[in-house]
Amino acid sequence: MNNETLLEIARNEQITAEKYQHRIHICGGTGCVSSNSQLILAAFEKEIKLRNLQDVVLVKQVGCMGLCAAGPIVSIQPDGILYKSVTPEDVNDILDHLNQQPVERLVIDTGLPFFTRQVKNALENSGHVNPERIEDYIGRNGYQALVKSLKMTPDEIISEITKSGLRGRGGGGFPTAIKWTAVKNAVGEQKYIICNADEGDPGAFMDRSILESDPHVVIEGMAIAAYVVGATKGYIYVRAEYPLAVKRLRIAIRQAEKLGFLGENICESNHSFTIEIRLGAGAFVCGEETALINSIEGNRGTPRPRPPYPAQSGLDGCPTLINNVETYSNVPAIMSRGGEEFARIGTPKCKGTKVFALTGKVENTGLIEVPMGITLREIIFDIGGGIPNGKKFKAVQTGGPSGGCIPEEFLDTPVDYESLNQLGSIMGSGGMIVMDETTNMIDMAKFFMEFSKDESCGKCIPCRVGTAKIYDLLGKFSAGNATEEDLATLENLCEMVRDTSLCGLGKAAPNPVLSTLKYFREEYLAKIRQPENAPTVKSNVPVAVR
Amino acid sequence: MTLTVEKTNPPSEDRRWKLVNSTMKRLNYSPRALIETLHVIQDSFGFIDEDAMRYVSTMLRVPLSKVYGVTTFYNSFTTKPAGEHTLILCTGTACFVKGNDKIQEWMKEKYDLNPGETTSDGKMSFLTARCVGACGLAPVMILDGQIVGKLPVEEMKARIEAWVNHE
Repeated sequence: MNNETLLEIARNEQITAEKYQHRIHICGGTGCVSSNSQLILAAFEKEIKLRNLQDVVLVKQVGCMGLCAAGPIVSIQPDGILYKSVTPEDVNDILDHLNQQPVERLVIDTGLPFFTRQVKNALENSGHVNPERIEDYIGRNGYQALVKSLKMTPDEIISEITKSGLRGRGGGGFPTAIKWTAVKNAVGEQKYIICNADEGDPGAFMDRSILESDPHVVIEGMAIAAYVVGATKGYIYVRAEYPLAVKRLRIAIRQAEKLGFLGENICESNHSFTIEIRLGAGAFVCGEETALINSIEGNRGTPRPRPPYPAQSGLDGCPTLINNVETYSNVPAIMSRGGEEFARIGTPKCKGTKVFALTGKVENTGLIEVPMGITLREIIFDIGGGIPNGKKFKAVQTGGPSGGCIPEEFLDTPVDYESLNQLGSIMGSGGMIVMDETTNMIDMAKFFMEFSKDESCGKCIPCRVGTAKIYDLLGKFSAGNATEEDLATLENLCEMVRDTSLCGLGKAAPNPVLSTLKYFREEYLAKIRQPENAPTVKSNVPVAVR
Repeated sequence: MTLTVEKTNPPSEDRRWKLVNSTMKRLNYSPRALIETLHVIQDSFGFIDEDAMRYVSTMLRVPLSKVYGVTTFYNSFTTKPAGEHTLILCTGTACFVKGNDKIQEWMKEKYDLNPGETTSDGKMSFLTARCVGACGLAPVMILDGQIVGKLPVEEMKARIEAWVNHE
């Protein structure tokens, strides 16, 4: 594969696409597939044949279009019409209206903030390409960044990534360029790169969506990274719970190998790179990089102490680069448009865009990509459309079991790594769960603690025993049996687990409790059992100063 | 020290072992193939019993204690056979907020099932999943592999009852 051939495939794809008057895109993401979008696809194909429209109307399956709550979604291009909750019975109506006004009962207003406030970067191709056809991706200028990068030196590429300001999208926010440089400079004959697709946070589905909608962007990003650090072997560690993503990745890898984007001497360069898939087996802790490496090696997924960091000693003791799905998927755009273009969006410290899975008690649940620095209020009330059923907003939870709950008074906080940390939460990988006034915050904290307790790998004692003890204490609060002493013990325990655990799971596990204690303390106080004959204790409860 | 691959026969004549064998062969009987091999056993048999663990242990030259450790560490692997039908309830945050905790309580009341258990007649297994990533459809349950979402709690119950009684 060389540049000329690539451009020719791209040109052919574009010419073919323009041949059709209308292109009907049917969402083939997990959400829409479970609401039978495959039947709709079949119905369109059948009806188009019956009407003899094959030459003017193209119908294809594409990835996620974002508004999962209104699925199955069908979009008509280049008209730019979006239809919601489509059933096979609607197919005739939609075809009848192709050259007229759209079908009113199904149409979604694309002028809604949900669409206009988003900025697509990692999700650029989602909803446009058929994830099971590499030519579709090439038609949208795919793999050109790889071809371009292979003609540059690794240092030039790193300098471009530095300019972009890209930071790890898995939650930590570590500068990508520094990580790449460390692995590049590490000494070792064999180096590995790993894509962390073990998206374990409940309530988060960004990575699943990217893998299902646009697997090639991840492969391209990995190939560029492999060239930079000098790795010849890559692994994608993906959850077995995501069968559709796994299937599409396997197809994508095969196609990329066939066209020479993976394998020996990729794109006629001296660089060789292959990718293998490794299935996770349902352990949240495997999202932690050293636990993930253990799991790829066929062991229990328990973390190792760091240092040494994987950049020095990772898989098989070799230098290893680990980034998550979203980080890799930002790379091709940075390389084709330049780091400065990427850095135009965002805040001084956080550049670019971030994908969030917006769920819970919010009108428009789905997948969104927004510029860094947007406020939580804009996300929840403008893009998310506010709280359904006339209920009041109570809190938003970011970062899953490792994050915290943020109350209404901080809704105008800009979304970036530092601001969310300051509030006692974390950016995390991008799960965002909205809660309304009916949500009980102690139950919420208990829910997350049960999760952390079950998922604790058991290697270090603070996490293994601490999370179980915290869970028991929360149970006392939830039942209204707690004492003032319990409150003090709870706070001490949380701090101890946070400060002494071995890995990120334990260190972050107390966050949901600490943040609810901070912002919704009155709910805990209300659950402290009042000693008999002492009805006025409430005001005497010691409030820890933090 | 030289290592020789100890030849041993699969626990039974079952043809599904061929699939397991070809997986191990493809991965050069490397001890590292353990998790991949366990995935294949789990997918083809529905569970991983002691005989299976012993077999894999011999074939991949991994201590039995480690095979057992890995099998029981990961949520995807089970050591007991599943029921005829499987209900997986998503316990992710979005599903929790939308009422799946009530379904879990109801499963206990109605069928006396805790997560991970199977009814005594072997008809239904009740499992929970951390998050199936279909949060836009919350609350989500998976009835024999089919994702069912966006139903209010009462309708979910009705759907489960209809599904269990349907052959």
